[in-house]
Amino acid sequence: MTDETLLSARKLSLSYGMLPALVDVDVDLWPGEMLAVVGESGSGKTTLLNVLSGRLAPDAGAVWYRDPDGHLHDVHAMPAPALRTLHRSDWGFVHQDPRQNLRMNVTAGGNVGERLMAQGARHYGSIREQAIDWLTQVEIDAGRIDDMPRTFSGGMLQRLQIARTLVTHPRLVFMDEPTGSLDVSVQARLLDLIRSLVTRLNIAVVLVTHDIGVARLLAHRIIVMQRGRVVETGLTDQVLDDPQHPYTQLLVSSVLHA
Amino acid sequence: MKGYNFAYLDEQTKRMIRRALLKAVAIPGHQVPFGSREMPLPYGWGTGGIQVTASVLGAGDVLKVIDQGADDTTNAVSIRRFFARTAGVHTTTRTADATVIQTRHRIPEQTLRDDQIIVYQVPQPEPLYRLESSRIETRRMHALADYGLMHVKLYEDIARFGQISISYDYPVMVNRRHLMSPSPIPAFDNPKLHRMPTLQLFGAGREKRIYAIPPWTEVRSLDFDDHPFRPIRAPHPCGLCGATDSYLDEVVIDDRGGRLFVCSDTDHCAERRAAGHVGTEGLKEAAE
Repeated sequence: MTDETLLSARKLSLSYGMLPALVDVDVDLWPGEMLAVVGESGSGKTTLLNVLSGRLAPDAGAVWYRDPDGHLHDVHAMPAPALRTLHRSDWGFVHQDPRQNLRMNVTAGGNVGERLMAQGARHYGSIREQAIDWLTQVEIDAGRIDDMPRTFSGGMLQRLQIARTLVTHPRLVFMDEPTGSLDVSVQARLLDLIRSLVTRLNIAVVLVTHDIGVARLLAHRIIVMQRGRVVETGLTDQVLDDPQHPYTQLLVSSVLHA
Repeated sequence: MKGYNFAYLDEQTKRMIRRALLKAVAIPGHQVPFGSREMPLPYGWGTGGIQVTASVLGAGDVLKVIDQGADDTTNAVSIRRFFARTAGVHTTTRTADATVIQTRHRIPEQTLRDDQIIVYQVPQPEPLYRLESSRIETRRMHALADYGLMHVKLYEDIARFGQISISYDYPVMVNRRHLMSPSPIPAFDNPKLHRMPTLQLFGAGREKRIYAIPPWTEVRSLDFDDHPFRPIRAPHPCGLCGATDSYLDEVVIDDRGGRLFVCSDTDHCAERRAAGHVGTEGLKEAAE
């Protein structure tokens, strides 16, 4: 691990009217690292993700991103075209509901190829080849490349969304409850898939989840949030095995052990 | 004509449209909003084209109006008569004699010159409208030159049909920057847009947009490296003039499956026949 962070946020604050969603939040993310943001509903997890990815402007504070050449960019001061370029090349976003990200009236191959074509790929054969390659990597049968996403199951849709996001080899992926709407057995397979892909491609991930189990399985480090504040942060095993803050203790003790 | 300003529109309106035209020429392929007026013909019949024509027409101009290549259809005849009466300009059906050509869905076969202006009637100026329903979003996509979605459509066509199945209104990239709808001209006419010496103006009356391609501008039809753009043409010679390089209309001539392919550009066909070219149908007539 290098000293240089990929993404840094300092003193992020944002409130919805009287309701504080983020209070003085600091985040650091190093290349190739998986960072889990956990907390109960309404603790500001998703708001934090949206602010980090530049989709939502904070009231105060700044988010810095280091590009491959080592230059720092203030995400919220970037011109819109540059941010858009970042979002469709270096960054990726995986939603809880794959239907938000996928084009449901476009075939699986078209969905995977869109980011390539947006980057200027103009060779049909090679776009298709990469689409097949990625469908195979996320364990979707290559023969389904010309099928519509509406014929896919929930787990397949989520894997298709991951293929679509990772096809451009992003360095940083934001995931918002990627396993939230899936049943447990499908969840386990998907988590396994995400872990192996992310490790192999050395992608940094900010993962928002309310599921401690998901965080323990995937994340290197963890941030625990409560009412917009970071109450505890550290290595995943350390935080979960020896929680210091009362809220974290409550959170860990409330998990059912099967 | 008494009681009307020259070319129907008042001078303030023409001024407003000319300003929009100047902006459109300055940013090739970019859609410029304008205050489209009520015209004495219904939307979809060329209200945009007719306003642009009224704004660029001078007393010395010679006007030609074509509708799907033909000079003698209702739309062409009535717009031509409209300007003959309200502006008193000369009208013609000969492409070479015209200085302003208003067209619906075709570009004349004859190569146009740099002292002519061609005005297109446009029903839908937004090339992305079938793919992205929000105009706010399509405007953002134009601003950021984010045209991956259009290629997704082409990809889908090849994946499903083995080829790009757009036969008219084939999207083009103007000056390597703006994605543009060429109006519903056949894809066959798309190559003529590229580096045309003529000023090309596009008017969409209902959608209240004007755009333009200045002379000699690069206009590329979208395609893939391994699936290049192909203009589509019916594989027949013209039945009347025998032309093998013009765009053809298919005409049903009887109820026993009889078909006749003729040039869609009536002026081109007539001139070829006047020059002595005869097609198979013409030979039959001569034999009878």
